[in-house]
Amino acid sequence: MNDAKVIRLTINGRDFDVGALSNETLLETLRGLAHFEVKSGCEKGDCGACAVLVDGQAVDSCLTLTWTVEGAAVTTVAGLGTVDAPHPLHKAFIERGAAQCGYCTPGLIIAAQSMLDNDTRDPAEDDIRLALSGNLCRCTGYTKVFDAVSEAARVMREGWESP
Amino acid sequence: MSDTATTARGGANIEFRQVGKPLPRIDAPGKTHGKTRYAGDYVMPDMLHAKVLRSPEASAILTRIDVSRARALAGVACVLTHAELPDRMAPTDIPGQTGRKRLDTDQQILVRERVRYHGEPLALVAADTPAIAEKALELIAFDLEPFPGVYSVEEALAPGAPVVQGTDNVVSTYKVRKGDVEAGFAAADTIIEKTYRTQFIEHAFLEPEVGLAWVDESEVVNIRMSTQVIEHFRFIAEAIGVPHNKVRILGSMVGGGFGGKEDITVEIYLALLARAAGRPVRLCYTREDSFFGHGKRHPFTITHRTGFTREGKITALRVDMTADAGAYVYLSPYVLLYATVASPGPYRVDNLHVDARAIATNNMYTSAFRGFGAAQACIAHEQQMDEAAKALGIDPMELRRRNFLRTGDLIATGVPIESAVWSDECMTRAWEALGERPPDRGPIKIGRGVATYQQSYGRITWLHDTSEAWVGVEMDGTVVVRSGVTDIGAGQVSALAQIAAELLGVNLTDVTVHNSDSATTPLAGTTTATRALYMTGNAVRLAAEAVRNRLLKRAAREFGVQSHEVDAANSMVFVREQPQTEMTLADLVAACASEGIHRSELVMFRAPFSDGIDAETGQGRVHPDYAYGAQAVEVAVDTETGEVTVLKSVGAHDVGQAINPDAVEGQIEGGTSQGHGYALSEELIYKEGKLVTPSFSEYLIPTAMDMPRVQSIILESRSGVGPFGAKGIGEPALTPVAPAIANAVADAIGVRITDLPITPEKVVEALASKGTS
Repeated sequence: MNDAKVIRLTINGRDFDVGALSNETLLETLRGLAHFEVKSGCEKGDCGACAVLVDGQAVDSCLTLTWTVEGAAVTTVAGLGTVDAPHPLHKAFIERGAAQCGYCTPGLIIAAQSMLDNDTRDPAEDDIRLALSGNLCRCTGYTKVFDAVSEAARVMREGWESP
Repeated sequence: MSDTATTARGGANIEFRQVGKPLPRIDAPGKTHGKTRYAGDYVMPDMLHAKVLRSPEASAILTRIDVSRARALAGVACVLTHAELPDRMAPTDIPGQTGRKRLDTDQQILVRERVRYHGEPLALVAADTPAIAEKALELIAFDLEPFPGVYSVEEALAPGAPVVQGTDNVVSTYKVRKGDVEAGFAAADTIIEKTYRTQFIEHAFLEPEVGLAWVDESEVVNIRMSTQVIEHFRFIAEAIGVPHNKVRILGSMVGGGFGGKEDITVEIYLALLARAAGRPVRLCYTREDSFFGHGKRHPFTITHRTGFTREGKITALRVDMTADAGAYVYLSPYVLLYATVASPGPYRVDNLHVDARAIATNNMYTSAFRGFGAAQACIAHEQQMDEAAKALGIDPMELRRRNFLRTGDLIATGVPIESAVWSDECMTRAWEALGERPPDRGPIKIGRGVATYQQSYGRITWLHDTSEAWVGVEMDGTVVVRSGVTDIGAGQVSALAQIAAELLGVNLTDVTVHNSDSATTPLAGTTTATRALYMTGNAVRLAAEAVRNRLLKRAAREFGVQSHEVDAANSMVFVREQPQTEMTLADLVAACASEGIHRSELVMFRAPFSDGIDAETGQGRVHPDYAYGAQAVEVAVDTETGEVTVLKSVGAHDVGQAINPDAVEGQIEGGTSQGHGYALSEELIYKEGKLVTPSFSEYLIPTAMDMPRVQSIILESRSGVGPFGAKGIGEPALTPVAPAIANAVADAIGVRITDLPITPEKVVEALASKGTS
């Protein structure tokens, strides 16, 4: 049997003490806490559907062992904003029709947010392509996703403040 | 934009306020915020987790299976093998709405003796945790004795070959005999003959197959799952041996389908396990399970022999097509039929001879995939047109123009095309959108290509397809639509809401759609065959029109005018010429309710019904109607590395009437992306029947780095049989893309690679052989 211990995590601003096995992935831990907005697509790090921010950086939660992120702040797509107070990425994805089946959408938004927070607030299209290159989408052909990320970046540059 | 009145077929003569507008889809906020619950996002108390044990061999005899150690493992609730379900069969046919005779192709649910493909299920396990279920799989002991297999169409057809299906591995054939091909070839100035090959393709939806089943207090087996087809509930009931009314399928938003969730996937396993264990059971495929667990796109080998006059007019066409059906029949006969009907493309061919066969092998079974045979047919006929253009010295687009069908011409099966054929308009617009051609840069060669198509929308007419929908207005003036339709990501549900909003004079956000529940929503039929908007859109249109007419009649009485003078918009009902004479929709509905006037309507929409085609000539009606359009692409080929980069990709399609132009663009962009993968990078590789590419690191779908910004051009002939003259776009969006790229690569390097995908290795090889020849 694998070892288990209690891990402290801050998930979307709320503190949790969760019991986790030593081989448990952050994806399993988050979905075990009913964070179903974190999607499982391959569990091999190939598709990016499970991406979350760990201390502001996008990671594939399927490749991240929960024990290795003890004390970290984890942000999912639901932690970026709400329907009443949407993040510019939420708003742009809705208005630009960037979600079709929607299964990869949470991961795409997280990857875009990581780029905008860590790399550039003024991304060229090639920056967006690179930032999203680890997130597979089978429905959209990415065109409206590029539009949505560009639009959100513009809104954020023009003075949008995180609530 | 489409804000003018229309008298198109099947449409009301009204001014559009909602239809034709690029509105955010009603499912967008939930998906974007992560609130949408997919089938895998449901859990129940006391729930078990299931796993499937799969055969590691492609052709073998199961001589022993011992599950005693698995059953003894703590936490294992249930282990099933063929011994527990001796007389149970799984259907592999498409579900009909009317009970007409199906193909007789049922198959074993779990291997009894003969293993026919790599990954065929041997046993099912349900346990307290996924880890225990996984451990239990390892504890199942079994022996497989090698059995001779056939791993290609050629092997399967060799004399004395092991038989996988039927008596000779031929699972389906179709013929077309139209006109006089010998006379046509005799009249030809030039005859071109060439063979084209396509590969096994994976759907690669991001959400793997998943479901959760439980048996309720009425002994109903409830299955919440990801599927394109809730009507499978009947087949599942028959497979597990209960009445039809004891199985319920509840859909969810589907995380991608593309045909891969059209056949039964996890539902029979779930139903069997939930009943056997007496507890809820969840089964979620891993990505590897998904690669092994559902049918693929058929590889085809297609030979075209085409006769042309000097001026480029087609005088005769002989097509020979062979599809690898894999180990079980599934939808191969239907896919083959679609390929047969589409084989000449959007061209008038008076002298046509087609022979098509689907052949069983010990490869993975093949079934539905967006484009459904017509995509493979297009890959052949569009490359053939470019080859012919080259041989004749005629511009490829001009050659097409000289042969395009016109409304009223007879298609391959001898019936006239009744709607608009805007192939030329679409092709011309797509080509023009490419703009100025850039020059080659040293070893980087630029190429351009187009492809056009004919793709059916709506199911085969002898399936007698129907769709039901219920539309009602609540007491506060909000609108409810109930329809069994499944939403696989294309905006199926939102389109229904947009149609209902249009006709009942409310805004899109005032409509709620309850969908995808076989117990409580009127059955709409499948979300397949580019039929959801056509069929269910028409059902919703008819139901909403009935409610509208009733409400406006009552309002007219209130206003002292005639019904046709009354209109509804923004939740208000008013006299069109005197807008100040108005009342709220809510007040009108309240008046209707108090007088017992019905505020809802249940409607069945019926597609045209036919009785089949002539088996010897292939003549007769097959589909309700066809869509036409084109793709134009520009590629850069690095002649040193063989790498192909698509610089520009434009899809131009006559969709009849766009209900939501944003959603139509989404279909074109996504179909384009799948077509890029089809042409350049995607291939499931089977070695002696064993899949060697079961992951996204080996099976390469286009990423954000690979895709150019796709340009969509929407044309609206308003001539289709869908609501307001709509045609369909789901499958058409993909169909012309791969051949357009193949034509562009040939244009760039001056040599044609006839086997997809066009990998760098093949490009380098083709250039080398061109250099030495």
